[in-house]
Amino acid sequence: MKTIWLITRRELNSFFDSLIAFIMIVLFLGFSGFFTWISGSDIFMIGQATLRGFFSIAYWTLFFFIPALTMRLIAEEKKSGTIEMLLTKAVTDRQVIIGKYLATLLLIAIALAFTLPYVITLAKLGNLDAGGTLCGYLALLLMSAAYTSIGLFTSSITNNQIVAFLSALFIGLFFHIIFQIIAGGMTGIIGQIINSLSVTVHFESLSRGVVDSRDLIYFGSIVFLGLFLTEVSLAKRNAYN
Amino acid sequence: MDIIIENLTKKYGNQRAVDNISLKVATGEILGFLGPNGAGKTTTMKMITSFIAPDEGRILIGGRSLADNPNEIKKNIGYLSENNPLYEDMPVMDYLNFCAEIQGIEKTRTPERVIEMIRLTGLNREKHKKISELSKGYQQRVGLAQAIIHNPKILILDEPTSGLDPNQIAEIRKLIRELGREKTVILSTHILPEVEATCDRIFIINKGKIVADGTAETLRKQAQGSDILRVKIEDGEPDHIFKSLQKIKTVSMVEFADRKLNKFDIHCTAGEVKREIFNMCVDKHWVLTEMTPFETKLEDIFRELTMN
Repeated sequence: MKTIWLITRRELNSFFDSLIAFIMIVLFLGFSGFFTWISGSDIFMIGQATLRGFFSIAYWTLFFFIPALTMRLIAEEKKSGTIEMLLTKAVTDRQVIIGKYLATLLLIAIALAFTLPYVITLAKLGNLDAGGTLCGYLALLLMSAAYTSIGLFTSSITNNQIVAFLSALFIGLFFHIIFQIIAGGMTGIIGQIINSLSVTVHFESLSRGVVDSRDLIYFGSIVFLGLFLTEVSLAKRNAYN
Repeated sequence: MDIIIENLTKKYGNQRAVDNISLKVATGEILGFLGPNGAGKTTTMKMITSFIAPDEGRILIGGRSLADNPNEIKKNIGYLSENNPLYEDMPVMDYLNFCAEIQGIEKTRTPERVIEMIRLTGLNREKHKKISELSKGYQQRVGLAQAIIHNPKILILDEPTSGLDPNQIAEIRKLIRELGREKTVILSTHILPEVEATCDRIFIINKGKIVADGTAETLRKQAQGSDILRVKIEDGEPDHIFKSLQKIKTVSMVEFADRKLNKFDIHCTAGEVKREIFNMCVDKHWVLTEMTPFETKLEDIFRELTMN
């Protein structure tokens, strides 16, 4: 546990030292703030004290930002060779993977925490649905957890960060829209199965304010699968398991 | 802690990078690991540090199998890998702190260890700089510091002196010798004088196979029975001297090293030859002005063993 935290802390420091964290937070707040408060169907236009608009913006910004955060996690270490230095110390592959995973998730959580003033402002302006807001944040976090694990996996299969970024986006795109589109043209049980693979479907059901165990299991399985495949791919260097 | 390697084999595709190597390194021994590029040195070291697993064979460290408890054993190993990868975006102090803590040193003891490492490797002036800002030599010191920070019982050093200037090389060699008093050290290098200067034992591999194992002395004896003497004899005709030298029984071959200066290289088998050359010169009233024994160089042994 201590080892995992050490890796998480180092990784998080590296995010902030390399300015990636600041750029990510500023861009994320910029985009989501602009569309939530100033432009398009913003809060003043809807005239309701709800963060639904923010959640659907963040849903897309995070989709693009997460691969950019995860792409370097393992690919960079593979390229520079530091992965060898790290894994020959008293750590297991799994500790390294979980440490890096948590660092990214923590950074996203920090970025989301910066939107807390939105919640406070809206609560002052009108009657905010506390449960719905909480569920919205939960949905964003779960979605981030899923895409982070996919991003970590693509980062582990290559030592080129661009390849890692693009493959994470490519895989993410299926979950984000393609499954839903395919399912739209299908009927019956297969259509339902494919539809239930879509992140969008689960995200929407969660952010509507209903915490369904199916959604939790869905996101949990993607996280587990992503991390599991990352471990398999790291072990491909042919190590003791 | 000793290291026992039994029938180690590692294949990359069809190629056997390491082919059935067996080796014992005793506690406190400094083993020099030699071989041409691509001989399997680095692969072997990666297997000992459990970065990769062997296809066949096993490694016992301190009597325990590496395959069964890699995590316990890794705590006792310090590793400096070939191109010395470091987290270049971290300052030296932070990096060493991270390495100390991840190797399981208690938090209260880490500052003390870090400071000791900085003192030992002479990084005091550079300790607050980012690693990427350091010169190659200083980066190498950071690499060495991270390898020994947890006071491991075993040190695996892959070309530890590459990129250092002669002063630094001398310092690092001294450091390795000091560390080698209580630790088991495996050191790979291309620099042959380095092996002689630091190692108790030499181990040469070629194409994944062991070709020599022993001290520098035993390797020399094995390599060629003959010693080489360079002599300069004045006051005589070169051809006359040449023939006279050939007549000495223990001399197996004579070559002109420099005909104008009357210099000769004499290949001989036994130790009596020096006296005989001297006596011959006295008999013929020649003046012997130079006699230098040439040891068979480690370079020659190395070339002979690793060239086909």
